[in-house]
Amino acid sequence: MADYKIHMLVCGGTGCKSSESHLLAEHLRTEIKNQGLEDFAQVVGTGCFGFCEKGPIVKVIPDNTFYTQVKPGDAKEIVEEHVVKGRRVTRLLYKDPKSDRIVTDSKGMEFYKKQVRIALRNCGVIDPENIGEYVARDGYAALGKVLTTMTPDEAIEVVKKSGLRGRGGAGFPTGMKWEITRQSPGTEKYVVCNADEGDPGAFMDRSILEGDPHSVIEAMAINGYCTGASKGLVYIRAEYPLAIERLKTAISQAREYGLLGENIFGTPFGFDISLRYGAGAFVCGEETALIHSMEGNRGEPTMKPPFPSVKGYLGKPTNVNNVETFASIPVIILKGYEWFSSIGTEKSKGTKVFALAGKVNNVGLIEVPMGITLREVIFEIGGGIKNGRKFKGVQIGGPSGGCLTYKHLDTPIDYDSLIAAGAMMGSGGMIIMDEDDCMVDVAKYFLDFTVDESCGKCTPCRIGNKRMHELLQNITRGNGTPEDIDRLLNLGNVIRDTSLCMLGQSAPNPVLSIIDNFRDEYEAHVHDKKCPSGVCKALMVYEIVAESCVGCTACARACPVGAITGERKELHRIDTSLCIKCGACMDRCKFNAVIVN
Amino acid sequence: MNKIKNLADLRELKEKLQSKTKLREKSEYPEQLVQIKVAMATCCIASGSRETMNYIVDELDKRNIDAVVTQTGCMGYCYAEPTVEVIIPGKESIVFGYVDVKKADEIIEKYVKGGMLVEGIIPMNYKKIDEQ
Repeated sequence: MADYKIHMLVCGGTGCKSSESHLLAEHLRTEIKNQGLEDFAQVVGTGCFGFCEKGPIVKVIPDNTFYTQVKPGDAKEIVEEHVVKGRRVTRLLYKDPKSDRIVTDSKGMEFYKKQVRIALRNCGVIDPENIGEYVARDGYAALGKVLTTMTPDEAIEVVKKSGLRGRGGAGFPTGMKWEITRQSPGTEKYVVCNADEGDPGAFMDRSILEGDPHSVIEAMAINGYCTGASKGLVYIRAEYPLAIERLKTAISQAREYGLLGENIFGTPFGFDISLRYGAGAFVCGEETALIHSMEGNRGEPTMKPPFPSVKGYLGKPTNVNNVETFASIPVIILKGYEWFSSIGTEKSKGTKVFALAGKVNNVGLIEVPMGITLREVIFEIGGGIKNGRKFKGVQIGGPSGGCLTYKHLDTPIDYDSLIAAGAMMGSGGMIIMDEDDCMVDVAKYFLDFTVDESCGKCTPCRIGNKRMHELLQNITRGNGTPEDIDRLLNLGNVIRDTSLCMLGQSAPNPVLSIIDNFRDEYEAHVHDKKCPSGVCKALMVYEIVAESCVGCTACARACPVGAITGERKELHRIDTSLCIKCGACMDRCKFNAVIVN
Repeated sequence: MNKIKNLADLRELKEKLQSKTKLREKSEYPEQLVQIKVAMATCCIASGSRETMNYIVDELDKRNIDAVVTQTGCMGYCYAEPTVEVIIPGKESIVFGYVDVKKADEIIEKYVKGGMLVEGIIPMNYKKIDEQ
């Protein structure tokens, strides 16, 4: 049979699937069949394209047409127009928000121009449920190369020289970790893939497992060969059902092809992978807590050393790496460490995947070379701030990271410069905030998350964070005192220095970095009892301006608690003791007479 | 399914499967390849452009020519259907008219492979917006 002339790639990631992309793919197939073009065009369900802002995405190959927000009902038109007649369906094409120009070719999109896709190389390109497509893109060639032509030490040397560092957050040199595990004595060792992605807003690990599960399987087997392990475990949260399903399919396909199991590539090396499900606790992303959870114990961290590389799962040497770290390995082996280390900065090599979220135009998943600036990420790839508002800050690294502001916009993004700026790489979550966001409230939100997720084992984290949260709550309710800011700083530093694991040690980061960068906002809350962004309800006072009020009674009728009184054609008044600050009067007033102080 | 027992097995499998995803890789850098656009509007299809397109794709494959074949809408030269536009990197695009299977063969053999123009060129009678 001849090959297909047209490939229609339909995003099958969780984001697009929840917008019915699976139905869309089905409809496209039916329509193609109705036209009798089954041998001409092919519909492929792929992993995430990253452009989640405008999902579901359909990309038509070979002309690179990029359709956005496609509904199942659009299938007929796309097939009749594009597949049959070669005419693009203009209304579904992407429109550049800045220039208002329609972009037909995905290569012309700002979103993709500065990206370098290594870990995401196959996401949105291949069908993750078909091992053949992975093999066709050089899949398992790295494993074959390592097993048949390299010694474990040689392979570790390549990873070391590539300069790859852990993508899960801490940035520990990957090659060094592999070497320590290899050198740890013991005949029974384990490879663990940490797929317990817990940062709010981060979904790169899920997308890799959904879009390219074989790359992780291949890298785990390579790691097994290098460290001397024959068993691999993927610790994945149970709330990632699609990733689990695709991973299971991939593992069974790999077994079928003899790429997992005994005597892989005809060598004595054998390796197999099984899954362990997590219940979704943030702390289980910490490697010692993760291992305890896998053993069936309570997911609590323990002191390091001993490191898992020496004494891990069941007391045996265990190499724990993150999904994204693993996904980068096969390419490094095939293309060489020189190629990989030529990308990035002096101490941070390669690329990093970031999840853009918050008040940015192009919400989605991006992969950029290390050393790119925040400005490029937010204003070029991200397309700038939503609704033309002004940029205020960006929280990098989730609840463990810090909040950076406009003065950091030109800081190159790498492990060390982010730490120097008071944030951290973390797993790569990037939440962008605009002028309407209150930074004290943001700090409170992130602390709220860590207070909830603290496992409670050590006192500073369990009690300290709770006290910090109370202080912040007081400030946002207008009961803060000037000393509270110093108390927060003091307490934060103690928690940072004395907590057992990274969760506690990094929990005060958002609060501390926000005090550092937005001290004026804290002071406005404490001294003037005002929230400059108008977010903290307790600090807002609604008033009616006498000059503007015409006495139309619209506000009084809108008020759900009857706090507004006044006769027709006369000035209305708000009783602040009754007001619940819902803002209904302000929305209703046609004369802008209701203001907030 | 035969298991992969060694590196040669993997290579063999890869070569067998590569053509299935090759189109996606080629579309990453179309400007470096020969691009052939076959007009596929109602009039073109009625005049047999689908046969022409299928023939071109299969023949390029058989003759080992790296090219991207896409379909486009009506080019406006309906009197000369099927019409085919050929863009060779570094050269101006050329539109051929009345491209049946025989003509397609001639275009591939002489123009795409040898760079020699063949009869049947339609002079461009309009400008495209991106050229203005």
